[in-house]
Amino acid sequence: MGTLRDRGRAAARGLALALLNPAGIALILVLFVVAQRSAGGPYLDQNLLVTVLVTLPLTCAVALAASLIPGLSAATRRLVSLIRRLAGDWCGVPIADPYRRGTPARRDPATWRDTLWLSVGSSLCLLLVVLPAALIGIGVIAFLGSRLFVAIPPPAYPGNSTASILVFGVALIAAGLYSAPRMLKAYGLLAKSMLAPTGSAELERRVAHLSQTRTETLDSGAAEIRRIERDLHDGAQARLVAMGMTLDAAGQLIDDDPKAARALLIEARDSSAKALQELRALVRGIHPPVLADRGLAEAIRALALDTPLRIHLSSDLDQATRPSAPVESAAYFAVNELVANVSKHAKASQAWIDIRHHDEMLTITVTDDGQGGADPRRGTGLQGIERRLAAFDGVLAVSSPPGGPTSVTMEILCASR
Amino acid sequence: MRVAIAEDLFLLRDGLTRMLEAHGFAITAAVDNGDALLAALREDPPDVAIVDVRLPPTFSDEGLRAAVAARKENPGLPVLVLSQYVEQLYARELLAAGSGGIGYLLKDRVFDSAQFVDAVRRVAQGGTAMDPEVIARLLARNTGDGSLSVLSPREREVLALMAEGRSNAAIAQRLVVTERAVAKHTASIFLKLDLQQSDDDNRRVLAVLAYLGG
Repeated sequence: MGTLRDRGRAAARGLALALLNPAGIALILVLFVVAQRSAGGPYLDQNLLVTVLVTLPLTCAVALAASLIPGLSAATRRLVSLIRRLAGDWCGVPIADPYRRGTPARRDPATWRDTLWLSVGSSLCLLLVVLPAALIGIGVIAFLGSRLFVAIPPPAYPGNSTASILVFGVALIAAGLYSAPRMLKAYGLLAKSMLAPTGSAELERRVAHLSQTRTETLDSGAAEIRRIERDLHDGAQARLVAMGMTLDAAGQLIDDDPKAARALLIEARDSSAKALQELRALVRGIHPPVLADRGLAEAIRALALDTPLRIHLSSDLDQATRPSAPVESAAYFAVNELVANVSKHAKASQAWIDIRHHDEMLTITVTDDGQGGADPRRGTGLQGIERRLAAFDGVLAVSSPPGGPTSVTMEILCASR
Repeated sequence: MRVAIAEDLFLLRDGLTRMLEAHGFAITAAVDNGDALLAALREDPPDVAIVDVRLPPTFSDEGLRAAVAARKENPGLPVLVLSQYVEQLYARELLAAGSGGIGYLLKDRVFDSAQFVDAVRRVAQGGTAMDPEVIARLLARNTGDGSLSVLSPREREVLALMAEGRSNAAIAQRLVVTERAVAKHTASIFLKLDLQQSDDDNRRVLAVLAYLGG
């Protein structure tokens, strides 16, 4: 479980986590005294037990009281959020944020769980994270004691010889180092049981997310249909009407003025070619034929051939594991938009598109060698993509430092076809 | 000249048959799917096969795959692929399936029967017929990176027509100039783009397409 250094770091982190709780500070002081005493140090507290028994519940009560003061609830929330983050970073147990959006803290059940954790839960778990550091600390003090205070026989250790004290110290340090990562993990899991969103909170959030994305999907679907209707109405439909009129006029002229009739027929033919052209563009915007024929990777390859950028495409998609049609379509149009963005804004000459499909997750990365500085909050394009991907629980991450390169990663959850 | 047709829409298949017959072609087979086309080609090889990209049963790129398969089976068999839309990707695949006797046109091109029949003849004789839209997109892509900026506007026009597969005579007629003028333009284009000159019309087309596609 990692090197000696990692273990030492785990012990230190445990100590740091303990310090995030008022009771923890008290416990560490107490343990320090115990260590001193067992090492035969000069401080001997007759009322040690009393101190422990009084200090712990007292600090718990103080913490509980403090977190109930309305002004302090924001501070509590920040502290607990820090613990959540550290549980992810240090203990390897990421904990999701449980708070309800738009609900005052005092009415949010998560606040009560936070308070409970800070006052009682974390105090009970303190021993877990402090123990490894304490073992190491006692071991070190024993070691130092054997060197510095050789004259004073430490009564707490078995045997009195310097050698046995040394062995004991080393054993304690080893035990501390051995247990540190495990204890840290255990602390993380216990913290998760209290601080993670409860099942019902998780569901509530899911429902809120789904109803929001559903609204957006319906809205954009309706807007899309309106656009198609308008395009058909102003384009192909209008041209067909004009064509019918032109053909009618040609029919009337054909006997008296064949030359004029012929000109009208040619006009009608050109009109039908234009109508076809417009329908083709419209179809491409609804569902590109290559996408239907060949799937996502080939459709993006075809897209790449149509842009002036040099695009390098790598993909592990194959026909057998094609994502479902709606996912393919959403991914295609997202890539289409990103490539258009790159051509328009990035001042790039090359782009790399990488498509991966693993474990029901479609991951597409578009990277360019342009000038960078793309801000997802400013452009509506990236936000639009994000909204459309949200319907598939998809997410979009943008990395675009000034000077480039820009890299956009999309992840879309999808079941295979 | 003998033609086999694979097109699933009855009206279009019928229209093509009648138009080609009116221009003196003999139709060896008019079928509505890829397998039937391959069988017909084996039984009675025509001078050229006209194939729709989208055919049953899958209604995806069945016709394109049938065309590539037919050329593998019978190298050099001229194939003219028709489609409701054109893709550079598909044009590349067709061109990669062997040199000569390849056409790739939008279905709209049948509106102009003279031009269309000319394209069918050209493909049947081992030439090339690329849709103007494919070429326009190729040119747009190459204009984007500036590699065509050495050409004059007139030379670019000639280049586009050349890439479609037209001969000097056809280009001259289209641009209403003399054949000598066209020859001068083409020589200049090949020099400026550093391409190998060739007297063979089709080799010239393929060199231009390879340059644009590169």
